[in-house]
Amino acid sequence: MKLQEYVAKDLLRQAGVPVPAGEVAETPEQAEDIARRLGPVAIKAQVLVGGRGKAGGIKLANTSEEARSAAGQILGMDIKGLTVEKVLVEQQVKIAREYYAGITLDRANHRFLLMLSSMGGVDIEEVAAEHPDAIIRAEIDPAYGLRSFQIRDAMFAAGFDRSASSGLEKIIAGLYRVLDDKDAMLAEINPLSVTDAGEAIAADAKVDIDDSALYRHPELAAYEAESMTDPIELYASQHGVPYVKLDGNIGVIANGAGLAMMTMDVIKRVGGQPANFLDVSGGARAEVVRTAIEIVLMDPKVEGIVMNIFGGITRGDEVARGLLEAAGTMDIKVPIAIRIAGTREEEGRKLLEGTQFTPEPTLVDAARTILRKIGEPAAAGGQR
Amino acid sequence: MSILIDKNTKLLVQGITGREGAFHTEQMLAFGTNLVGGIRPGKGGAEVLGVPVFNTVAEATRETGANAWVSFVPGPASGDAIMEAAAAGIPLLVAITERTPVHDETLVYRYVSEHGARLIGPNCPGLVSSGKSKVGIMPNNLFKEGHVGIVSRSGTLTYEMVNELTRRGIGQSTTVGIGGDPVIGTTFTDVLKLFDADPDTRLVVLIGEIGGTDEELAAEYISSRSGKPVVAFISGRTAPPGKRMGHAGAIITGGQGGPEHKVQAFEQAGVPVMNTIPEVGEKVAEIVGVPAGA
Repeated sequence: MKLQEYVAKDLLRQAGVPVPAGEVAETPEQAEDIARRLGPVAIKAQVLVGGRGKAGGIKLANTSEEARSAAGQILGMDIKGLTVEKVLVEQQVKIAREYYAGITLDRANHRFLLMLSSMGGVDIEEVAAEHPDAIIRAEIDPAYGLRSFQIRDAMFAAGFDRSASSGLEKIIAGLYRVLDDKDAMLAEINPLSVTDAGEAIAADAKVDIDDSALYRHPELAAYEAESMTDPIELYASQHGVPYVKLDGNIGVIANGAGLAMMTMDVIKRVGGQPANFLDVSGGARAEVVRTAIEIVLMDPKVEGIVMNIFGGITRGDEVARGLLEAAGTMDIKVPIAIRIAGTREEEGRKLLEGTQFTPEPTLVDAARTILRKIGEPAAAGGQR
Repeated sequence: MSILIDKNTKLLVQGITGREGAFHTEQMLAFGTNLVGGIRPGKGGAEVLGVPVFNTVAEATRETGANAWVSFVPGPASGDAIMEAAAAGIPLLVAITERTPVHDETLVYRYVSEHGARLIGPNCPGLVSSGKSKVGIMPNNLFKEGHVGIVSRSGTLTYEMVNELTRRGIGQSTTVGIGGDPVIGTTFTDVLKLFDADPDTRLVVLIGEIGGTDEELAAEYISSRSGKPVVAFISGRTAPPGKRMGHAGAIITGGQGGPEHKVQAFEQAGVPVMNTIPEVGEKVAEIVGVPAGA
């Protein structure tokens, strides 16, 4: 679960990390009020996409009137498909130097990794691609945590300003505390700034919490809704269904994450565009199938659905019955092509023959059938 | 032969009294797995389906001589359960559990390695040595004894693969689901090494997906040795970056984990990457040949 900047900064502040004084505004008037108290401010769109500065989502305001008008421009703005609903109104700081500090999971090494760079303020992926030597890494042993000496070693190797080193060290230690205490997958300060006055401060922050550990953090539950960038994804998540919205017009329902991804891939291969990822692993019950169809059809772009079911321990005939029962209670206006295989595949097929869900012999056939029904040409290739 | 499990495997089930644990205990017994005991703290002395239940893994191991352990306990308790089993000295640990916190997984990985145990999973379907033993939740009736090894990050896609091979008359030595989490105990490379050393495995099917670099590392290993042929499949080629595709580990982040790089790495290692499961089946048939009468 990705947190908005203002939430990430609250967590850092609680861990003893200096962040610019600031408050969240949802109206231009609130922004004006805050600016009156803070003096010259930066108005920052709270959206969970990169590049908001380039998109015009960050503006400086030297007076409260300017703050009101800047907030008026940013609130409601569309940034990469997301509407700005909140802005962070933050005291301007005079920056002398910008660094990067981030802690992320190093999957291949089964450990978290501290990364520091003196090239701050730019995308760390760009730094990694163009100046790999400019990133200093320190592995974190899960049994001992990130030790102070490791932070100092990495800081000096990265060439961080010596005169601000105690402040910087404290910030990096605080960053680790947030990662560890809040079960984050990623905690990042970019830029990690040193002001004209020589003080270290976290000028921007990103925190991504491990979804599997959210049960340990009820204090973060309130932010789930704003972490979801799509209303259908939010609805699906609230119903415990793994769903990701994509750009196409062919809905996908499959039992299993790998199977759902493969179904998307095959749709694309035969010339279609998948509309979503959906894993309906919750068994064959009509209720589960109904919820899945309902979620896929919430996307108005969906013109047809490919359903790909492999009967394992959940038998093919049970799945077929669940589907028929679910369909009996719904008004489904788009064609559904189903491919069913595995345990009791024949029995499942027989139940579906002659219904609106007449099964297709293969997944490729199912994808082609849907393309035909919605009147789009299928590509060559993917014969099976 | 086979890898990791066979007729000598003596299995314990953690969480045997739970709904999932009891159901899959029954399935594993039906498969023919030598299931010697279960663990449920506070229910020691009871029996589930004729299998004795113990309070702790240490006690169960002492009483039964078990050498493998599988866990169905939920995510919040999963890490501790795995550490208990490693501490009891069991060499093979299989964690079916979904949604184990990643910070727990990093600590568990370290602990398990220190104790010299091998962990498979978490968030995996387990493993099957056809005709010998099953540990986990794969469907019983799909398998056929033979010489193709399968290693996969996915559950259902593994069953698809087994089904496809069996349908073609091609049997499997061992099928291993390594799990869909970002931190897992056993990697593709670990399993490939085991298959390379197994005289009964002639070819390996590897089913990868987006996220992480495990496929790339496997490709590197494959290039470095002259072992058995490998045929690969990668799912999630149309997945957008930054989105978790069901599995906690199936996500393209920080420029890493994208499908093109994985496909390219395999192709450079001389591993054919197929587009559909039936195509994988066909390629395998082409390499190993289909047994007469199939």
